[in-house]
Amino acid sequence: MEYFIQQLINGISVGSIYALIALGYTMVYGIIKLINFAHGDVFMVGSFIGLYSAKFLANAGLPPVLVLLLSLIIAMTMSSLLGITIERLAYKPLRKSTRIAALITAIGVSFLLEYVAVLILGPQAKGFPDIMEKKQYQLFGTSIQVDSNQVMILITTIVLMIILQYIVRYTKTGKAMRAVSFDMEAARLMGINVDRTISATFAIGSALAAAAGVIFGMTYNSVDPLMGVMPGLKAFVAAVLGGIGSIPGALVGGLLLGTVETEISSLGYSSWRDGVAFAVLILILIFKPSGLFGKNVREKV
Amino acid sequence: MKKLNSKFWLGIIIALAFYGIVQVLLTTGVFNDVTRSMLLLVGVNVMLAVSLNLINGITGQFSIGHAGFMSVGAYTSAILTLDYDVPFILAIIIGGIVAAIFGVLIGMPTLRLNGDYLAIATLGFGEIIRIILLNTEYVGGASGLSGIPAKSTWTIIFFFTLFTVVLINNFIRSTHGRACLAIRENEIAAEAMGINTTLYKVIAFTIGALFAGMAGGLSAHTFYVITPGSFNFLKSFEILVMVVLGGLGSTAGSIVGAVFVTLLYTYLREFPEWRMIIYSIVLILMMIFRPSGLLGKTRINFGKLGKKEAKANGSIDSSTP
Amino acid sequence: MAASTAVLLDVKGASRSFGGLKALSEVSLHINKGELIGLIGPNGAGKTTLFNLLTGVYPPSTGKILLNNESVGGMKPFKINHKGAARTFQNIRLFTAMTVLENVKIAFHQHARHSLFSSMLRLPKHFKGEEEITQKAMDILKIFNLADQAQETAGNLSYGNQRRLEIARALAAGPKLLLLDEPAAGMNPNETRDLMNLIAWIREEFDLTILLIEHDMSLVMGVCNRIYVLDRGILIADGTPVEIRNNPKVIEAYLGQEA
Repeated sequence: MEYFIQQLINGISVGSIYALIALGYTMVYGIIKLINFAHGDVFMVGSFIGLYSAKFLANAGLPPVLVLLLSLIIAMTMSSLLGITIERLAYKPLRKSTRIAALITAIGVSFLLEYVAVLILGPQAKGFPDIMEKKQYQLFGTSIQVDSNQVMILITTIVLMIILQYIVRYTKTGKAMRAVSFDMEAARLMGINVDRTISATFAIGSALAAAAGVIFGMTYNSVDPLMGVMPGLKAFVAAVLGGIGSIPGALVGGLLLGTVETEISSLGYSSWRDGVAFAVLILILIFKPSGLFGKNVREKV
Repeated sequence: MKKLNSKFWLGIIIALAFYGIVQVLLTTGVFNDVTRSMLLLVGVNVMLAVSLNLINGITGQFSIGHAGFMSVGAYTSAILTLDYDVPFILAIIIGGIVAAIFGVLIGMPTLRLNGDYLAIATLGFGEIIRIILLNTEYVGGASGLSGIPAKSTWTIIFFFTLFTVVLINNFIRSTHGRACLAIRENEIAAEAMGINTTLYKVIAFTIGALFAGMAGGLSAHTFYVITPGSFNFLKSFEILVMVVLGGLGSTAGSIVGAVFVTLLYTYLREFPEWRMIIYSIVLILMMIFRPSGLLGKTRINFGKLGKKEAKANGSIDSSTP
Repeated sequence: MAASTAVLLDVKGASRSFGGLKALSEVSLHINKGELIGLIGPNGAGKTTLFNLLTGVYPPSTGKILLNNESVGGMKPFKINHKGAARTFQNIRLFTAMTVLENVKIAFHQHARHSLFSSMLRLPKHFKGEEEITQKAMDILKIFNLADQAQETAGNLSYGNQRRLEIARALAAGPKLLLLDEPAAGMNPNETRDLMNLIAWIREEFDLTILLIEHDMSLVMGVCNRIYVLDRGILIADGTPVEIRNNPKVIEAYLGQEA
């Protein structure tokens, strides 16, 4: 039992990464119905920006908490700009064309980010600096262990989720986002600036992916240009699991996938881990295609 | 009818002439080994693109798991020739049939899904096949199978490719193919007009898988080695890119797309660092400036440039659940 | 009279709910062979929902639907089509990127005798089968004056011709019962009159039974044998056009809506 809980706690770190990336997928899909395959690579870029910021700031002698906070902010801001740029240059011209054309473009952008990163940084993995000294905590006199990184990850994720909920629910941008995802044309007629709203969605989604990138670096200590491919795909699975278009769905889907994967690995089936993720995905799609939190929409005849 | 027939035979004659010329250039050594393996790759890719186009372009079922079917055919035929001494051609065909069976098994549950959801499910199935191969010791796990006899010659690949194109095109240009087109155009109306839409989706999926499986078998017997990694979702994307670049829904387009992508890949090999960057920029620019692909929606034999059609049929996968 | 009063379609207490909303409740109606029946009612009365039940788009929540004494409620749409009921749609659903001819050919698919294999291998059977379909499809197009535009892309037809093509396509399936959902919607009075004449004519020519949805009451008065009136999912009246015109419930339903 304690072992199980231990794995659950470990799973939450991976799950948080999936959840944060999944949010970007789900928000973008909700608003322009595009599976943004480049999203996993924005996560990668965010991770590298985090890496270099952290190195620079740590060398400048800043205290660890500040290094973490500033690296996060820098990575998130710059990735937002990247997200907006991608949307403006690559996706906006395609808003009126077929969805499959947009998907191919997303694949193109994904390759572009990956291989520009390879060109600039080289294909080898780079070590992510230890921003904070890792401390182990014993939980309530049991053998269950929690380390300081996991605590930081959990806090970061929760804070970001609260901010996101606030933005989506109470700000003008958030309301506009919900309106546009409900009916783009109607929103435009109501005077909502659709282009700006879509940009905001990409900005927020990319910022969350960058945060996930920094967390990933802290957890695994190693980042490389192709690191976004699998987590990106998994996060997408998580978004579908939770119900694509649904923000709580992405969170729950991410955490669920992360913990299930960790449990499976801990049982010694780590090479089947990805397979189980996809099997769960297919079962969900077949029996509840709208996901755990999604709405079922049927075509009107 | 007669007119169509004569066009059909003209196409066959041109194809055979092309075959003959290449065959001469290969035997006389004008074409070197690099060109030769590129030609073989073109053939395999044409088979993959044309068969995926039947599913995606003609029937409108958004599938991105084609590499999965390809791997089933590749592994099946490789095991048959390596371990059981099955004659090469027979092994390829059995590989295709096994892939087709996978097509039925995967198609039945997933083809109820629409649009993006189907895409995700097929992607998932493709990945599951890969992970199963990865974990199966019998087929070499992550290192895959090697020492596969290189029996795919230009002649064999050419005729398999020709058969694929002819058979699939014959299918498309019949009442059965029209049934598939009707599903793409308006599934509810197709069903109301008496088309068993589920059946035809599964048929399209199965035929697509059959030829993808054969293409996989041929490629396995061209390059000596197969690993699960070479059939991941990126390979499925690559096939999808060929179909969309050429022009979704057009067999001729799929051929052009497959040739274009293969040539691009091969020539860019000389600039390894820039290869993927140039490739991705070409993709993005193509989709922005020519989203309906190189050949739009032209259909073989109809000859008319499908601009009108492309416009009338603005979105292929508008039926999202 | 015994033969002509044989019941083709018999709906017994059909209901359909969507979530908590009852779109149709306890609708019972019957149509005899050879009749041309009108189904009218204000917007949102459940007319199209009834069509969707009859053609299998979704199954009835409760109740029975008998076509030729065979229960078809809950059958898949293509099966019901094979059983002899074909329909058109209120919001036109053509195969827009296909040609006019191909649109009609689709409906003949179920009668095609050449198999997948004969088509893929281009066996003589394939050519014979295709030729037969082309011939029959052209015959239907001629009736609807669309033969000249056979090679035109369906999406490029004028609105009125698109509506006519939809009827032609439904007819090509060889139905016993033809269900027309507002076939004259969006047409001008001249076009509407021509269409109504055409409908009356094909009914004779093809020995059809027709159920016609129409929003505009005056339109159906001239051609229909009997009329059913739906209001808010409930069948409120049925009878001859004269009876319907003077039925206070019907007047109220329409006036109530316009008020």
